[in-house]
Amino acid sequence: MLLIKCPWCGEREEIEFHYGGEAHIVRPEDPDALDDKQWADYLFATANTKGVFLERWVHESGCRRWFNAARNTTTNEILATYKMSEKPPAGAKK
Amino acid sequence: MTQPNRLKSGGRIERENPVYFTFNGKRYQGYRGDTLASALLANGVKLIGRSFKYHRPRGIVASGVEEPNAIVQLETGARTLPDYQATAIELYDGLYAESVNCWPSPNFDVMAINNLIQRFIPAGFYYKTFMWPKWGWKYIEPFIRQSAGLGKVPSEPDPDIYDKKNTHCDVLVVGAGPAGLSAALAAGRSGARVILCDDQPEAGGWLLNENHVIDDAPALDWVAMAMAELLKMENVRVLNRTTAFGYYDHNFAGLLERRGSNASRGEINRSRQRLWRVRAKQVVLATGAIERPMIFSDNDRPGVMLAGAVRAYVNRYGTAPGNKVCIFTNNDSAYRTALELHDAGVSVQTIIDVRDGPDGDLPLAAMSRGIEVIDNSAITGVTGNKGVKSIEVMSLNADASGVTGDARQIDCDLVGSSSGWNPALHLHSHSGGKAVFEDERAIFVPGPTLQNNQCCGAANGQFSLAEALESGNDAGTKAATMAGFKKPRKKVTLAACEDESEGVMRHVWAVPTTKPIGQRGKHFLDPQNDVTAADVQLAAREGYRSIEHAKRYTTLGMASDQGKTGNIPGMAVLAHALGVERIGDVGTTTFRPPYTPVTMGALAGRDVGAFSDPARQTPIHHWHQIAGCKWEDVGQWKRPWYYPTNKETMRDAVMRECHAARNAIGILDATTLGKISIQGPDAAEFLNRIYTNAWSKLAVGKCRYGLMLKEDGMIMDDGVTSRLGENDYLMTTTTGNAAAVLAWMEEWQQTEWPELKVYFTSVTEQWATVSICGPKARHLLSELTTDISLSPSDFPFMTVREGTVAGLPARVFRISFTGESSYEINVPASTGMSLWTALINAGQKYGITPFGTETMHVLRAEKGYIIVGQETDGTTTPYDLGMNWIVSKTKDFIGKRSLARADNHRPDRKQLVGLLPLNPMEVLPEGGQITVEREPEIPAKMIGHVTSSYYSSTLERSFALALIKGGRERHGDIIHIALSDKTISAKITDPVFYDPKGERLNG
Repeated sequence: MLLIKCPWCGEREEIEFHYGGEAHIVRPEDPDALDDKQWADYLFATANTKGVFLERWVHESGCRRWFNAARNTTTNEILATYKMSEKPPAGAKK
Repeated sequence: MTQPNRLKSGGRIERENPVYFTFNGKRYQGYRGDTLASALLANGVKLIGRSFKYHRPRGIVASGVEEPNAIVQLETGARTLPDYQATAIELYDGLYAESVNCWPSPNFDVMAINNLIQRFIPAGFYYKTFMWPKWGWKYIEPFIRQSAGLGKVPSEPDPDIYDKKNTHCDVLVVGAGPAGLSAALAAGRSGARVILCDDQPEAGGWLLNENHVIDDAPALDWVAMAMAELLKMENVRVLNRTTAFGYYDHNFAGLLERRGSNASRGEINRSRQRLWRVRAKQVVLATGAIERPMIFSDNDRPGVMLAGAVRAYVNRYGTAPGNKVCIFTNNDSAYRTALELHDAGVSVQTIIDVRDGPDGDLPLAAMSRGIEVIDNSAITGVTGNKGVKSIEVMSLNADASGVTGDARQIDCDLVGSSSGWNPALHLHSHSGGKAVFEDERAIFVPGPTLQNNQCCGAANGQFSLAEALESGNDAGTKAATMAGFKKPRKKVTLAACEDESEGVMRHVWAVPTTKPIGQRGKHFLDPQNDVTAADVQLAAREGYRSIEHAKRYTTLGMASDQGKTGNIPGMAVLAHALGVERIGDVGTTTFRPPYTPVTMGALAGRDVGAFSDPARQTPIHHWHQIAGCKWEDVGQWKRPWYYPTNKETMRDAVMRECHAARNAIGILDATTLGKISIQGPDAAEFLNRIYTNAWSKLAVGKCRYGLMLKEDGMIMDDGVTSRLGENDYLMTTTTGNAAAVLAWMEEWQQTEWPELKVYFTSVTEQWATVSICGPKARHLLSELTTDISLSPSDFPFMTVREGTVAGLPARVFRISFTGESSYEINVPASTGMSLWTALINAGQKYGITPFGTETMHVLRAEKGYIIVGQETDGTTTPYDLGMNWIVSKTKDFIGKRSLARADNHRPDRKQLVGLLPLNPMEVLPEGGQITVEREPEIPAKMIGHVTSSYYSSTLERSFALALIKGGRERHGDIIHIALSDKTISAKITDPVFYDPKGERLNG
């Protein structure tokens, strides 16, 4: 059971959170300009990183805020959590 | 004679407190402090049950949770517990236990025939049967099902209660043996908050089983002093009878506390067990070590035990498990058993040692007492089906690949065997810690860990008492320091003890006989699952290279004891069979929680029965209940389903309710519909992006139906949203989807469009919503409101007005899900019941009739209105439902790009249609699969399915909605739905059956 630091509420148990998949995927500005394959890439293709992964979480049973986390997928160590508007911490690359 | 095998003195048992118990129908006596196993052994009971596959007679092997064999069914009725290890059950007065896996008794077991047909049930038997012959599984599976499974689950609800505790600590110490106690003392003295847990009723760990000296006094005196000091510290919590069963990420541990000596029931007014959920800053694992057996021919006979377990029965329980004992070992520790039995007056026949000329302190001590030691030899066979009678011993050849010389028979009734000790690194492994193989001792020791934890003592491969005390102290000190506590100033003198020097081991894994392994007797690795060395060798021959695969194929170590004793010998046998030099090279198996079984009750805690899931009730719930409605669960909500009067059937009631709603007034409690307040200057822009249709031009006071898609273009939810003010919208969602829609909108706003100034608040529970519909609805409402003009021109369809209804502040929406002229009246939740009763009372003269969800569904289906989740299933687009009119072509919205995919415009997609059964009295079953032909070729081609189906009082016939491939082009076609007893034929029609022009809505 992970101990996750919500940027607003502090450390809380994993059961208060929902997972939101890979972070920093931006919805295309003009979806109609994309062909089917490009659109499918945006929609379905996410990285399957071994190591530090930037991912989204939401404090569903708490403040209901979304935020990002840099988590090592092999050790589950969470290197940092940061607000949606912030850049990933140095050292954690996408 | 009672307790023939009880020694005259000694042990931790309370001889002044006799305890009576029943095993397989026979009454016995033991003492408080016994386990069921020790009491049975004291009474000379050797045969405990039968094995899983071959139904061979089995006895007690071990003295703790590593026991592979001696599992029993404890108690009967609601409190019966299957597969409990006799070695882990504390004896209590009135205990009742039975053998498992045998019928009618362990002495005479019908299924023992499996032992004779073993040639036909080799390793991987299940998999092979699955593969070939194809027809085989069908016949063999019921047989396997019937004969498999060890024990019975209770058939009645659990009468006990269970608690959960959530707690934090600085240092969690698992295990109260010498290492754990030292660690807890060191950490506790620093002021750190310590939790010390141990699975036994008293502290001491393996010292309880042994006869050691610390500071020139019995080791248990030191244990008592340590415990006294710990119990005095306010910052230390000691949990006995508490198993740390799982160790998870970020230093989270699960502990199961048994709150009394009676395993089967809780004490009065007390929970039976407690689940401790501990988040620790530092963890110290002092979980000890588990002995492994020698793997020799017919080593499963009752009376073949672990040498250390024999010692435990002598020292801890004052019981000699046998009277003529032989020891079989590859190391010095087993000599202790011989010495202690000898000193207790039990006859030790012979020690068989696979090593050449053992010369450690302990072997020399044994020889000096005149105990015969046969070196460079091995046990090659055991006679005695239901209890050891004698063993056969032969000399090993030079590389221990075979035996030589003459066989010698030695009479005995007990064999204590040992092939060394394995650190119990289960918990270390649970949380991602690596295991490192050490060749010389052939053990896995804890490697790098992912958590803030340390292993110490035997769990770390430091088997001697001196090492345990020192490494425990070091680990406790370090843990406290890492958790931010200073070292105590007082210099601590460590307890002093002596250690004998131990000779090196010689590893002979599958002990040879005169014939190849498997051809003379059975070498059991995993007695509970009946996995033998020959099975593992077969797996190797069949191509299994990794222990991870071989274990699944042979089921080695997959029984309830998880192979605590036999896994390493099993790996060694596989390595040898593959010709791999190092045992560690066949891989490691990963330990997974739980270390020992955990009751479902403890995991559930108090969240059972009515507390397992909240039930949401509307403010009008009580009225519905008194009216005698039938309930439907919608999400967590309780909704009236229909209101039968007297002896009405469901169809009668629904027909009556429908008739009233279409011809007089129907009244529905619609409180459960999701309501989300959407506010902010960018609310309209946000709605534009989230809904398929346009929202920027919706005027204040108007309502609009909206459809929401997922980004993949499939329908997610629908509902009406109203503009209450300039920047103030109220969205309604389906009852079951309210939370999901709110989360969906939050996600988009927060993660993708943070620049939009818009805010969402769930207001579902703030409002009670009552919908009245039907031709008399306006008359009724006009009697109860003075400040809302109800004329169709002042208050047209799809608008909202604020005012008072029945004297209550209200919002009234003219929206309709029934096709009739409707008013949805919203009042503050606390006044919902007042509104409802006012409407009911005033409506009597119009024949007002409460209706439930079933009537609502019929009425909306007659209109061809969809229900998300019924007409849609996550693969349905607006086009499929013929709702092109609601999909904007000009603006972007979530799901738009996906809708443009060619696949979503295929003419043969499943499209919404109506169905009219040819027999108007026949109602199609929802979910019914539709075929073109009445008697199609098998396998039949399905062209769609029925999504909604009812009998309509308005149409005076049955009707249905369905999704059918290319359905819009098939209107007028006859299709067929095959059921188990008949086939129903129906005509495809337009999905709108009633008032297609919507004239009644505006009336």
